[in-house]
Amino acid sequence: MHAPGEKLNGSEIFFECLRRENVSYIFGYPGGALLKVYETLYDIKDIKHILVRHEQGATHMAEGYARATGKPGVVLVTSGPGATNTVTGITNAYMDSSPMVIFTGQVPSSLIGNDAFQEADIVGITRPITKHNFLVKDVRELALTIRKAFYLATNGRPGPVLVDMPKDVLNAVCTFEWPETVEIRGFKPTVKCHQNQVEKAAHLIARSKKPLLYIGGGVISSDASEELKRLAIEQNIPVTMTLQGLGAFPGDHPLSMGMLGMHGTFWANQAVNNCDLLIAVGARFDDRVTGKTDTFATQAYKIHNDIDPTNVDKNVKVDLPVVGDAKHFLAAILKEMPEEKTDRSEWLADIRAWQKQCPLTYTNESDSLKTEYVIDEVCRQTGGDAVVTTDVGQHQMWTSQYYRFRKPRSIITSGGLGTMGYGLPAAIGAAFGVTDRPVVLFCGDGGFMMNVQELVTAVYYKIPVKIFLLNNSFLGMVRQWQELFHQEKYSFTDLGDSNPDFVKVAEAFGCRAMRAENPDEAKKAISEALAWNEGPVFVEFKVIKKDMVFPMVPAGASISDMLLDRLNPKTMV
Amino acid sequence: MKHIISVLVENKFGTLNRVASMFSARGFNLASISIGETEDPEISRMTIVTRGDDQIISQVLKQLNRLIDTIKVTDLTKQPHVERELLLMTMKLSRTTQHEIFELINVFKGKVVDIKQKSITIEVIGSPDKINTTIDIFRPYGIRELARSGAVAIHRGES
Repeated sequence: MHAPGEKLNGSEIFFECLRRENVSYIFGYPGGALLKVYETLYDIKDIKHILVRHEQGATHMAEGYARATGKPGVVLVTSGPGATNTVTGITNAYMDSSPMVIFTGQVPSSLIGNDAFQEADIVGITRPITKHNFLVKDVRELALTIRKAFYLATNGRPGPVLVDMPKDVLNAVCTFEWPETVEIRGFKPTVKCHQNQVEKAAHLIARSKKPLLYIGGGVISSDASEELKRLAIEQNIPVTMTLQGLGAFPGDHPLSMGMLGMHGTFWANQAVNNCDLLIAVGARFDDRVTGKTDTFATQAYKIHNDIDPTNVDKNVKVDLPVVGDAKHFLAAILKEMPEEKTDRSEWLADIRAWQKQCPLTYTNESDSLKTEYVIDEVCRQTGGDAVVTTDVGQHQMWTSQYYRFRKPRSIITSGGLGTMGYGLPAAIGAAFGVTDRPVVLFCGDGGFMMNVQELVTAVYYKIPVKIFLLNNSFLGMVRQWQELFHQEKYSFTDLGDSNPDFVKVAEAFGCRAMRAENPDEAKKAISEALAWNEGPVFVEFKVIKKDMVFPMVPAGASISDMLLDRLNPKTMV
Repeated sequence: MKHIISVLVENKFGTLNRVASMFSARGFNLASISIGETEDPEISRMTIVTRGDDQIISQVLKQLNRLIDTIKVTDLTKQPHVERELLLMTMKLSRTTQHEIFELINVFKGKVVDIKQKSITIEVIGSPDKINTTIDIFRPYGIRELARSGAVAIHRGES
């Protein structure tokens, strides 16, 4: 460790800054523009560098780590292709507001703009997909820039920040100075909510007969679950969550209504469209949540708390915006709640009736396997306490329905961007951050192949991640839409003839692998996988091909018009 | 409705790109944008002319504020402000038209900045509306080339 005032080169300054930002892991891949950095890294022991097999994998790992721990994920990649390979992962983190700092090597300053070997204008490329980005032009700016990057990534609405470091800057020497404070005049997020707005909101909540809490990922990123639980339970307010909000409130609590929106529960969507007060906290009225916006919660007075003012009135016009941090908002509301409570038994009875009318169910058969059963069984065997990562598609939606998340930071999934290939690296990254809970991955056969190379990373670092591959030999969600809305033309979604033998693939990577084809085998394989922690374990579940995720709101329809009936899927309620 | 927005930004490379690409990424109208240094060399002022209903303009303002390199965003539309645009225009010149062209330059309080045997370059400063009218009136005389600066605007000072 070096002290401020010492003469250091750019690479040494880089690691000194990471130390001061308490970075434990870097997910990276070396290359020409980073040779000096990797030379310095060779002797560094207190920061662990995780060698990935593709830069996209590094970004998803960093994001998985960030979502599981709340700490910023750090990525280190070389210039040109190394940098461009991070684009999907950065966009994913941007859409889902995950704190991340991405360091890219760059060709020497003198060559920038010359179409040099392995040159890409990564600052230009990533401008619309980062919260902010920097090109460091002088080694004397490096420490301050890194300080700013971490500050921006983690304050206000979290997001990815990229720092581009030319090779000559990393080689140049200057006196190392660590800025203790950071001041960015164009960045002053409103954390504390306006007291008048809070009082008004509290007054409305206290008097509402049919309130509903609509909870998004902001409650998780601001660690506001305890405040949320107190408010919901003390005031008897049902809670529905977005995909990223799952776990903010315990899924096994009677007031939990599960997820809302396109594949949300029937009762959550009915509650949205029948409530008289909608309290949105850290959620952004995404189109997958609202369906047709002009029929969304039309009977409700809408309160919207968000740290990012641009989310207010973006998709749905609200009545009472409260800009600020979710934790602060909920804590401030709790202080303002009066002693006397409004009776909400009628409202809760309405909700129970909707729940009875269309519960989440599936039928199990002894000789075939359903994804719903696998997820349900994993939930039972882990007590709803695992950190669950998913890929994108049907298994992801079934996870939201059948895994009853009990704790925050338990679901790690690509929500905004819907990135296939996210799950495996995200699970590995999460497992670096969380060691006291099992880390489980649910993945489809399509998405698994998109970042399959990272299985090497899991094997090499002996990461005890449980890889549950739900193989239906189809791009199932696309197939579902083809069946429902595209005349059953299963265009390029049948992978059955081209999929590899997944168990052999996993074994070739050095991973312990199993296969299950019926509920009995599945149950046994799950318990074996959960008990084995020497490294990654892979289970291929051969699930039925033509299952569909219900209930479902067709794109652009009102969320109260749900497709429910498997036997007659095109009939709406 | 047309809005004129004044934005103080960090005087750094890429800032104009951040603002312009935010407009295109979010599908906002961008009628004109102009930028120049202020009295503080670390800060530039951008003047943006855009169109949209109240909901869109409110998003435009918030999205501008959200950019890290923007320091202050002001919608000048409903506040007392001065708005000016510079027009540089090269016209064909002939014996038959020169008299009328000179008359019109006077009417629009323009200036002759260059004159050759067969062409004349003039400068007109005024509100974007006046610039539009100027161009319309001069058009029949044969405009060879023209350049507009886009609007720049500022708050009227305190009395």
